[in-house]
Amino acid sequence: MDILEILMTASFWTAAIRIASPLIFATLGELICERAGILNLGIEGIMVAGAFAGWMAVYSGLGLWPGVLVAFAVGMGFGLIHSILTVPFGLSQHVVGLGVTLLATSSTYYAYRLALPEVTSPPSITPFQPYEIPVLSDVPLIGPALFAQTPLTYLAFIMVAIVAIVLYRTPLGLAVRAAGENPQAVAAQGLSVAAIRMGAVMIGSGLMAVGGAFLTMSAFNSFFFEMVNGRGWICIALVVFGAWKPGKALLGAILFAAFDALQIRIQQTPLGAGIPYQIFLMMPYILSILALVVMSRRAEVPAALMVPFNKGER
Amino acid sequence: MRLEPIANPSLTRTLTPPALAIATTVIIASLLAMLAGANPFAVLGLILKGAFGSKFALLETLNRATPLIFTGLAVAVAFRARLWNIGAEAQLYAGALVVAILGAGLLNWPAVLLLPTMAILAMVAGAVLLLIPALLKVRLGVDEVVTTLLINFIFLLFISMLLEGVLKDPMGMGWPKSARLIDEARLPRIVDGLRLHWGFGLALIASVIVWIISARTTLGYEMRAVGLNRNAAEFAGIPVGRVLIKTALLSGGLAALAGFSEVAGLKGNLTLDLSPGFGYTGIIVAMLALLNPLGVIAAALFVAGIFVGADSMSRAIGVPTYLADIMLATALLLMVVAILLTRFRVVRE
Amino acid sequence: MPNKTEAQVVLRLDKITKTFGALTANDAISLTLHKGEVIALLGENGAGKTTLMNILFGQYTADSGSVEVMGSALLPGNPRAALDAGVGMVHQHFTLAENMTVLENVTLGTRPLWAPGLDRAAARARIVQLAQDFKLSVEPDARISTLTVGERQRVEILKALYRDARILILDEPTAVLTPQETTDLFETLRKAIALGLSIIFISHKLHEVMAISDRVVILRHGKVVHEGPTSGTDRHDLAARMVGGEVNTPTAAPGVPGAPLLSLRGVTTPDRGSAPGLKSLEFSLYAGQITGLAGVSGNGQAALADLVGGMIQPAKGALMLAGADVLHWSPRAAVHAGIARIPEDRHKTGTIADFDLSENAILETYKDPPFSRRGWMNWRAAREFASRIITSYDVRCPGPGTRIRLLSGGNMQKLILGRVIEGSPQIILANQPVRGLDIGAVNYVHSQLLAARDRGAAVLLISEDLDEIMALSDVIHVISEGRLSPPFARGSMSPADLGVWMTGHGYGEEAAHAS
Repeated sequence: MDILEILMTASFWTAAIRIASPLIFATLGELICERAGILNLGIEGIMVAGAFAGWMAVYSGLGLWPGVLVAFAVGMGFGLIHSILTVPFGLSQHVVGLGVTLLATSSTYYAYRLALPEVTSPPSITPFQPYEIPVLSDVPLIGPALFAQTPLTYLAFIMVAIVAIVLYRTPLGLAVRAAGENPQAVAAQGLSVAAIRMGAVMIGSGLMAVGGAFLTMSAFNSFFFEMVNGRGWICIALVVFGAWKPGKALLGAILFAAFDALQIRIQQTPLGAGIPYQIFLMMPYILSILALVVMSRRAEVPAALMVPFNKGER
Repeated sequence: MRLEPIANPSLTRTLTPPALAIATTVIIASLLAMLAGANPFAVLGLILKGAFGSKFALLETLNRATPLIFTGLAVAVAFRARLWNIGAEAQLYAGALVVAILGAGLLNWPAVLLLPTMAILAMVAGAVLLLIPALLKVRLGVDEVVTTLLINFIFLLFISMLLEGVLKDPMGMGWPKSARLIDEARLPRIVDGLRLHWGFGLALIASVIVWIISARTTLGYEMRAVGLNRNAAEFAGIPVGRVLIKTALLSGGLAALAGFSEVAGLKGNLTLDLSPGFGYTGIIVAMLALLNPLGVIAAALFVAGIFVGADSMSRAIGVPTYLADIMLATALLLMVVAILLTRFRVVRE
Repeated sequence: MPNKTEAQVVLRLDKITKTFGALTANDAISLTLHKGEVIALLGENGAGKTTLMNILFGQYTADSGSVEVMGSALLPGNPRAALDAGVGMVHQHFTLAENMTVLENVTLGTRPLWAPGLDRAAARARIVQLAQDFKLSVEPDARISTLTVGERQRVEILKALYRDARILILDEPTAVLTPQETTDLFETLRKAIALGLSIIFISHKLHEVMAISDRVVILRHGKVVHEGPTSGTDRHDLAARMVGGEVNTPTAAPGVPGAPLLSLRGVTTPDRGSAPGLKSLEFSLYAGQITGLAGVSGNGQAALADLVGGMIQPAKGALMLAGADVLHWSPRAAVHAGIARIPEDRHKTGTIADFDLSENAILETYKDPPFSRRGWMNWRAAREFASRIITSYDVRCPGPGTRIRLLSGGNMQKLILGRVIEGSPQIILANQPVRGLDIGAVNYVHSQLLAARDRGAAVLLISEDLDEIMALSDVIHVISEGRLSPPFARGSMSPADLGVWMTGHGYGEEAAHAS
């Protein structure tokens, strides 16, 4: 089977969109943080925490949607920690972000061991099921890919639209963008830079956690260690690749996921069988680095990204 | 709220916040242990006892501290110059890889020749690995945080590929591990009969050397200037790009020594679980040490103590070992706040 | 002119006191502004003007005292209170988001954050209307980064007017404007007064204060030391009251020009963003002469300063030192060529805040003996050098081990001055050397530049302050859009003449004159 043939199968695109979904949530989350001027390196750990929290909530008897809410809330909690340290205290966003990732990951593992001390293989839940949207899902190729996914994937696409509209078409979005471009401008208009930035980091972290929850509640049906596996860091690269714009970030996530889906399929071809599987597993990370290199020349970074704002200075 | 710098902080002002940070960490850990059904008041004692309570425990802590000193130094050197090297984990494996290749019989040299050769080539490998993201940063402005993080994943897969391929030990019963080192490639014990190898001594020497570089040489001055204010350094004529590259080489080399020391000193071969995240933990060590090379020794002992102590506590009262990771993450976050509070006061407006 | 003391009081500050630790920034300051009145607020840096404005705008809470706007008390410590009560401020450093449009900047924060939409059409109509009423022409959909400094200031004023400000506070509004733009600004302000607005005008430029204000209030060390009608005073009197004694401005006798020490031959440098590069510059600095470079900021000054300072190389053309072509050019080469560089921003490029004085003193020379040999630092030599600067340049500080973050701007500048002048350099590049300093420090820096000139150094003085340029320079060039005017001898041009060149119209006239 050659590559073109793979690209023409509906199952390939269905897989690509599925792989893209958690990335879309988390990339949007990071994008919101960075648009407000805060780099959130807590993303990797927050995704781990979200994956566990959502799954655990459902395992404990909650419904699937309440489980998503639990994940979102847990993400917001870690976002609160991150934003208290980086916004009013103005501490290094690098150090705090890595610290939050370590804290979120370790407390998740601790909680997992407390909740399930004896198990060797984790129990499973009934995850979100694909929902075929009538008529649309019958369109060849893109029908199954776009309109026969789980509700959480639809939510990811809806979130892209919501984030884009809020950022560009509401006073709130204007204030968030201004906070990332020139916090002095926001303060001079009597708005609280701290409140805007903290709010953005919390909402963004909530979305990251939902991205993690997608893994345990839609893509798979149970939680295991290392399951996020660097996806958070990839999302940071996707934000740069998407030039801090929701629409482009969505395209980047799908493109990236398509490559990922492609490499999985090539692995199964006779050509792929001769190559060590690790080479294929490296591809997403290598692609991310390439994306950063390609975009480095023309990226439109928010002017005040990583610049703390201390009221009364200057 | 607003932060106001304090001109001349008093001794109390300097010591109280860090002490409170440590105390809060212990309290949080105790409360978490209580969730696991343990007696919260016993936790700290058990950890201390497990880390420093016996000769065996102490040696175990020193062994665990050894790679952490190296990775802590690597991170401290890089962060001083604001080069965010989060890739110490991969650089460690690069050093380990060199040892695993050269030390398993490829070079049949006497130890006095073989060990320094391996150490130097390990450093070169680690340096080269960090050179890539450093060049991308200096030349193209690509953020090194993400690239070094991603390279960790890539390089571990690369090691995995080698261990299942060309480096696989034929006598390894199918496990993905490299062949055992020859005796000449092993770091000797510091004291006969005690399980502590010369990697620890090397780590101490490295700390002193890095301290001397940092405080007494023009390179150290340049690195600090670049880290504290890149614009001013550039204006003054300090070659910022070259300083960052030199910093990267030094930092990558130091992290690789952790791999050298672990394989040649402790393990004797290369496996995929050689490092339980020493590269990442190095960040905690460096931050707790306030990026001071000599402070790294104390911080590494503290962090290693928590790991070893928590292991032993976990065995004793069944609290998951991840408590140690939580303690360290908490200590890190609280400590950065504490350090800020030694120099600034919070003013409510 | 109507008797304004009988007009309605729009703003009343009553006995405002604010202390920071041992420092009393505002000491029982009272001030009353009437409808249609322009008050000039004068005072040196550190006199308490900024603190007072921060209290008015809720950034700080006063220890005691009260603020009343239009007769009702203002809630202390609330940044929105003053804005909502109709007070608008135009900051000296514009608070605009560069990558956003005029409309977005103007409407930021004017609607509730949770409102569903932006209603751009209505906003655009209102901006166009205001621009017409107040003669403030700007394109609502232009990005701020594409605007000139003068246009940006108009956006700042529009921001206040869009919020229905009845009181405008302008902090050093003319510092960045050409004389012509200043005239336009004054016209806008007069329109505003005619429409019943009131204005507080913060400035150093005394002739402008005399031209626009009805009353003058002078602050010194946090206290009101003078208050009275503008008509009853003059510039000399105001200056004396501001510093609390006679002002001894250094008098600049004409210099004796010598040989050209540094020359640019047809130098071109690339544009950077919206700021132009240099456009085939022909230009020399002569020994024993201060060459002043006048111009509106962002017209190529930065490129010229960077070129002379070694930060960039010419893309075309040549740089000559003492008659010889320069082949390798870098900051270090510039330092070794004997160029003393006083950078524009002493915080961001001149010093390293967390380094102590010794470490800062050797920033340019750490690689040379005695400060280091073969890569090894000699800290004792660095400390001795710093101590020498501290004594001979009167840097007020506890000692060479003090972190420079804790020094005042004036003392920081004295350290930089000492660092670069101590080696008796042949060429001095002084880029905005007195920006933000109080008069004492300004005079000190100026006298040092004059002294260096008198012993034969060539000085390039770059400043946006035309008064400073005209007072010190033996020869003046005007830079506009990266192009340089011919040299004008001291006293040969009026500010208005220079203003023509600053707006880029000089070249045309010159051509017309030639034909």
